[in-house]
Amino acid sequence: MSEISRRKLITTGIAVAAGASGIAAGAKIAQRYGLIPPDSRGLYGPGETLTYAAQRLLGRSAKAREFPASQISANPFANEVDPLGDDFKRLQAANFVDWRIAVDGMATRPTSFSLAEIRSFPVSSQMTMIGCEEGWTYIAEWSGVPLSYILDRVGALPQVRYVIYRSIQKDWWESIDMADAMHPQTIIAHRMNGVDLPVPFGGPLRLRVPRQLGYKNVKYITRLTLTDNLKSFGKGLGSAAPEGGYAWYAGI
Amino acid sequence: MNASLPLADRKAGDASNSLVHVAAEQKRHSGLVRLTHWLTTVAFFALLVSGGEIVLSHPRFYWGETGNVNERPWLNLHLPSSRDTVPTGYGYVLPDQNGWSRYLHFQAAWLAFATGLLYVLWGIFEGHFRRNVFPDSSALSLKELGGSMVRHLRFERPGKEEAWSYNVLQRLSYLLVIFVLFPLMIWTGLAMSLGFNAAFPLAVRLLGGQQTARSLHFIVTGLLALFVLIHVVMVFLAGFRSRMRAMITGRADSPRE
Repeated sequence: MSEISRRKLITTGIAVAAGASGIAAGAKIAQRYGLIPPDSRGLYGPGETLTYAAQRLLGRSAKAREFPASQISANPFANEVDPLGDDFKRLQAANFVDWRIAVDGMATRPTSFSLAEIRSFPVSSQMTMIGCEEGWTYIAEWSGVPLSYILDRVGALPQVRYVIYRSIQKDWWESIDMADAMHPQTIIAHRMNGVDLPVPFGGPLRLRVPRQLGYKNVKYITRLTLTDNLKSFGKGLGSAAPEGGYAWYAGI
Repeated sequence: MNASLPLADRKAGDASNSLVHVAAEQKRHSGLVRLTHWLTTVAFFALLVSGGEIVLSHPRFYWGETGNVNERPWLNLHLPSSRDTVPTGYGYVLPDQNGWSRYLHFQAAWLAFATGLLYVLWGIFEGHFRRNVFPDSSALSLKELGGSMVRHLRFERPGKEEAWSYNVLQRLSYLLVIFVLFPLMIWTGLAMSLGFNAAFPLAVRLLGGQQTARSLHFIVTGLLALFVLIHVVMVFLAGFRSRMRAMITGRADSPRE
């Protein structure tokens, strides 16, 4: 082995060792500042982590784009949902008067709100785009109570890091971090384009998180759970999406 | 600029030495060019396959901000879809492959971005672009350009000096790919992201909307795929073994030849 290639080998070795320890230290810091998504393990973990960390570092509190009323889609497309069960149909027949949304987990006052109560809370409106992971989009006006208002009202503990939300449809549950949960545009929507949120679009209650794709905007929500750790829910990947092969973070 | 300078050799400036002598000592492609070339190749094909899969879930394209099955597309690929909500006219629905396709697409995009950044920064500071990619002003005359074009159209095999340097059409197409198409791909890709557009709304507004970004992303994909196709055909015409050897080992000539 020549001198030059030996020197090269040693330099490369040192560089690799430095790089590896740099990545390990970076991972620790990233974990502390909440830059690692719950589905960060596995083949596609590096890409997911880079995307999530980059968006959290560059635009943690950035607002989703808002549009003028003239740009609201005349024919919004309500994506299909799995058949709605008997529970839903019974509630729908009574015009949803008995619809409730429970809030549990790390809160000083866990409780359950009726639809009427949710509708009586302060209303925030937004004209924003909803985008599907398939590639299509539409713009609508959404109105509802900010999720941050609900979290304040139930006394969310300071160590809460994620909010889990569930649909009346079995096996449909998602979660978001506090950057999205406390974001002013994240609302529990009960109106769309000036009318009560229609059933095909998620009525009576849909979680609207406009910086993320459609599949994070869960329809027919009935329960919120506040937690500091997603490991003990489902398969520990954060939500139903990664269990079905889709990314937990859907800001892209 | 001496057109016969080896691509990776910056110190042979005075070497109007015989080509043969230089060939024995110098490399055609530097290590960084070879590394980034193959990393880009891997990333490109991962992006192409996963991107194609994603398109199948909605093989229709629109202009402006919004587009969905209730709106009229400017381009309908008339392909079967992986969603039964898309009216395709086919009586069947393909299996949904978007989960892994999206994971792979974004991971490969990071690889392409990091590789591209490394290559461009190195190319600027090391002088690779100035020496090997930007064409000589003398080569940009109509006569020279026309001559090069005619040689290409006649499928003439490249002369000996092109074993060491890029011809003017090559240089222009590499410039287009490196500084126009590649950046456009990243820009239009990011401008489809709801999270990115929240942080940098101007990126999508300048393009004319989220669906316009998606359409442009698709069009530029076509241009890049065309480039890769021609690139590979040219490698075969110029001599597959020697060009592949040059891009793998860095050497242009095998001692056996």
